[in-house]
Amino acid sequence: MNSIIQYFKEIIQGVGSLLKGMRVTNRYFFSPGKIVTQKYPNNRKDLVMFERFKGEVVMPHNESNEHKCTGCGICEINCPNGTIEVISKTIITEDGKKKRVIDKHIYRLGMCTFCALCVKTCPSNALAFSQEFEHAVFNRALLIKTLNKPGSQLMKGVE
Amino acid sequence: MEEIIKEVVIDEQEEYTINMGPQHPSTHGVLRLVVSLKGEIVKNIEPHIGYIHRGIEKMCESITYPQIIHLTDRMDYLSAAINNEAVCLAVEKALEVEIPDRIKIIRTIISELTRIQSHQLFWASYGMDMGGQTCFFYGLRDREKVLDIFEETTGGRMIVSYNCPGGLMYDIHPNFQKRVKEFIKYFRGVLWEYDAILSGNVIFRERTIGIGRLKLEDAISYGITGPSGRASGFSCDIRKQEPYSAYDRVKFNEVLYTEGDTYHRYLARIEEMRESMNIIDQLIDNIPEGPYFVKMKPVIKLPEGEYFQRVETARGELDVFIKSDGNKNPYRVKFRSPNFVNLGVLNHISKDFKIADLIAIAGSLDFVIPDIDR
Ligand code: SF4
Ligand code: SF4
Repeated sequence: MNSIIQYFKEIIQGVGSLLKGMRVTNRYFFSPGKIVTQKYPNNRKDLVMFERFKGEVVMPHNESNEHKCTGCGICEINCPNGTIEVISKTIITEDGKKKRVIDKHIYRLGMCTFCALCVKTCPSNALAFSQEFEHAVFNRALLIKTLNKPGSQLMKGVE
Repeated sequence: MEEIIKEVVIDEQEEYTINMGPQHPSTHGVLRLVVSLKGEIVKNIEPHIGYIHRGIEKMCESITYPQIIHLTDRMDYLSAAINNEAVCLAVEKALEVEIPDRIKIIRTIISELTRIQSHQLFWASYGMDMGGQTCFFYGLRDREKVLDIFEETTGGRMIVSYNCPGGLMYDIHPNFQKRVKEFIKYFRGVLWEYDAILSGNVIFRERTIGIGRLKLEDAISYGITGPSGRASGFSCDIRKQEPYSAYDRVKFNEVLYTEGDTYHRYLARIEEMRESMNIIDQLIDNIPEGPYFVKMKPVIKLPEGEYFQRVETARGELDVFIKSDGNKNPYRVKFRSPNFVNLGVLNHISKDFKIADLIAIAGSLDFVIPDIDR
């Protein structure tokens, strides 16, 4: 007799435990206000990433197409996997001195591991992270970017 | 013709071998288990590893100490910040730099948040291994909140690279404390759902209680650490035994069980989330003002010698061993990763259980495959 009672008791307890779980899911089912999923890509316009989000490395330019990169190559040394390549050239300034300036700052997005060492170590704060995260392209070559814009110059006052 | 077409007779007494993985949803990555079966009973398991071996230890020998940090993110990606901390602590120990309280406390809070999000993902995916789709959505819903906190402060979601030798990469975001408090309040309010949906569920309990029992002696001799070891009663919490960062100034319980079965390995993780929240509670209001990094030399060179640091990740004990010959690169780096060691016990505890139980047992050890392969 006891074992029969035990048997039914276990069944009732088991079903009870299932109902308890169902109660939680039902609660969310009937209160859709608590839904947390976002309808990406439909919400693209008002999707704001956090300002520190590491999307990709960029070199900010001001209105007159000037950047702060001096071409020192410290970011290249600090990058752990050769993502950055700094190609500099020597020019002769108006007063006849030789000066090393940047020719191309090449950044290979496909290799970057977002360790932020380049951004942190740049002595003139020339690099920053953008919040762009949609990086997919059809051709791998498009991931190799030149960060300094064509015709850009070193900002006045940055050595 | 008749000779060629022979009837294939399967001898039920004979053992046969199947592959579980390398692509199998319950191995959570590329792990291949060669399982010998007799009928439905597991007789032997041979793990084949190395499918995503990247040679992290060897790679470390050719890069500088700050650069090593970003590689440790990619071992146990669910404990990324704790892995970072391990290397930083070893380097700081070697250079004998004094780390201010602010950094210690922030590191501890970030580590505990990492532990919480790791266990949330464990709960989510373990529920799914056992056939409960709902768990996955609920687990990820809560984990998202922690990842947002990480994203705001560190810029990364999983791969945070937040610690660096001498301190932190960035200061905490002004919203950090507010957000963490909100999260703790929110998560305390929903943690009962975890128990209601899974821990109390009769099907789940039937499938896990008494399955894959690991005895205390075996846990010690196999070196099983983390929640899996503590479920067997092995007191192995590095946060208690060798407190690092700010763990010596917080009160928390080491979650210990004696049963050592699959269910208690699961339960230990749920309880650890509660303990982690207690730790954060004690620290979040007491972050002193100050700098977030100690100025180091531009090129960090460790003095010649051997350095060692133990930390408690979400899965167990991670040890870092650095041998330096005085250069800016280490001579040799060795990581003792908890998952690799925990994998060793799988054969021992799943012998003579059904193949469906193997999924439950392997899931309860909570493997992260990149940490096994490194
Ligand atoms: S980005 Fe900064 S570190 Fe890199 S070359 Fe330019 S100035 Fe130097
Ligand atoms: S974020 Fe790291 S990997 Fe990427 S370019 Fe900068 S230093 Fe190199």
